[in-house]
Amino acid sequence: MAEEEKTVAESEDKTKRPRLYGLKVVVLVAFVAFIAAIAGVAMLTNIIERKQEARNPFFRVVDLTDDTVDPEIWGKNFPLQYDGYKRTVDQVRTRYGGSEAVQQTPDQADPRSIVAQSRLEEDPRLKTMWDGYAFAVDFREERGHAYMLDDQTFTQRQQVTQQPGTCINCHASAYAAYKRLGGGDLVKGFNELNKMPYVEARQQVTHPVACIDCHDSQTMQLRVTRPAFMEAIRYVKAAQGVQNFEVNRDATRQEMRTYVCGQCHVEYYFKGAEKTLTYPWQNGLKVENITAYYDSVGHKDWTHAQTGANALKAQHPEFEMYNQGIHARAGVSCADCHMPYTREGAMKISNHHVRSPLLSVNMSCQTCHKATEDELKFRVETIQGRTFALRNLAMDALVQLIGDLRSARERGMSEQQLAAARDFQRKAQFYLDFVEAENSMGFHAPEEAARILAESMNFTRMGQVALRDAGFTGSTTVAQR
Amino acid sequence: MNIQLLKLIIIGVAVGLATGIGLYTFVYAKGYSYMSNDPGACANCHVMNEQYDGWLKSSHHTVATCNDCHTPHNFVGKYYTKASNGFWHSYYFTTGGFHEPIQITERNRQVTEESCRYCHQAMVESITVSVPREHFDENVSCIRCHRSVGHMH
Repeated sequence: MAEEEKTVAESEDKTKRPRLYGLKVVVLVAFVAFIAAIAGVAMLTNIIERKQEARNPFFRVVDLTDDTVDPEIWGKNFPLQYDGYKRTVDQVRTRYGGSEAVQQTPDQADPRSIVAQSRLEEDPRLKTMWDGYAFAVDFREERGHAYMLDDQTFTQRQQVTQQPGTCINCHASAYAAYKRLGGGDLVKGFNELNKMPYVEARQQVTHPVACIDCHDSQTMQLRVTRPAFMEAIRYVKAAQGVQNFEVNRDATRQEMRTYVCGQCHVEYYFKGAEKTLTYPWQNGLKVENITAYYDSVGHKDWTHAQTGANALKAQHPEFEMYNQGIHARAGVSCADCHMPYTREGAMKISNHHVRSPLLSVNMSCQTCHKATEDELKFRVETIQGRTFALRNLAMDALVQLIGDLRSARERGMSEQQLAAARDFQRKAQFYLDFVEAENSMGFHAPEEAARILAESMNFTRMGQVALRDAGFTGSTTVAQR
Repeated sequence: MNIQLLKLIIIGVAVGLATGIGLYTFVYAKGYSYMSNDPGACANCHVMNEQYDGWLKSSHHTVATCNDCHTPHNFVGKYYTKASNGFWHSYYFTTGGFHEPIQITERNRQVTEESCRYCHQAMVESITVSVPREHFDENVSCIRCHRSVGHMH
């Protein structure tokens, strides 16, 4: 009985096993095929996506005209570039530059709740250098393009002095205002704007620098819109043997990738009673050329409160400094590093989030330099550290000269002897400021920055000698290469 | 219906579907082009557009294709390199998160260095004769100075 049962069970087993085995194989094969199909389809869709990316779609959503100022409208046609442009609101520090977000209590005169850190608090020697000038009252680290108009409108400098409309040229999208004020004539409108008081000129503009300031609305080609640059670059080109240089006609595309930035990132002054914005490049772009120009036209920015010197203030001469550097020599443009080409899908676009290349070492530097990001950053910061050390030496020296001059004045030194020392102060201070105000801590032209700071210290030294020895007018062999 | 027949149909459909999708993907992605020497194949996916554009304008584009410099000059080495690079390139391009600008790996750089010497042997022998092969990189690198001959960047 028991044996019979066993046989039945065994025979049942024999019939069941192959059936179950077959089912397992089917399930397993189907499962593997199922996974393979999913992987295959997933890969297929990924490849389709990549192929779609490669088509570089451009959708013309709106028609742009030469009067379209609002970048948001341009952004409908060029969303990727507009995204980058909007990101210039960020406040990120690098070791020697960049702004920090500092909170402040908004009031009637200044509704900003966030500003950048005060450079005057960071380095009180600046107050001594600029004593008697509005910059000694309020000077903060520059912020991104997005803030240029607000930071100019609400700085305390506006309250201690009457600024001219000229400031608007580079703190706002001024192209449409030029056209409107000049009845279509850019230069005429430019002259009108310069003549206005700041508050009146401010009403002519609504946006910080916008698409239209650098791009032609129909072709998107780069275009210079600032008359001051158009005129000044002629001098630079003439010195190179190119006569009648018309920037929008004669400049190469690669040159334009620097010139559109050079429209504003330059040294300038307001010429005459008309307050015409002028770039002092008639003798050349170097600091001694610019100083010689200011001497020849008898320009001063203000009278130094402690010493009575006819002082000059340098203003962000990035274009001038960069032109003395190795990158300019190699044909690298501003945009190559500050607006590096970025891949968006398959599209290669210039990153319109303009900022320090130290925040995008891979895209900005590694395209040409085959070294690690850390190594490249180290090289840059080494240059900047050395420049910073020299800058501090020159600053200490200058503060001493100013102190010496002040006490000599109080002692009643002759005006003639004071005049010689004051002239050295004017030069020492302008040379130092030429590196200090330049936004790269020497990196745009390391050797040039070091030379300028050494010359600044030499002027300071000669200023102190002039206070000691009546009749000393300095050795005139200032290094001219 | 016969249970066995049903199983076979299921297996057949499953295998057929997977094969079909696989083959279609292969053809759609121009998989066959990777067996060729056509430099266009390297720019099938757009991540190498810049290198391809650079090569088109380079001094070497009339005499050397991608494979001439980037794969070893023997059958096994060539197809092993193609297979290995093909796999990893696809992997990173599909999953993303790779370093940009793209950079050559150490092994591929050595392959490239040797390719320079494959053609220019007669000229560079006097330079390399004193340098052991394994020290090519530290001591004598062709592409360190002649970086732009193939493609700048």
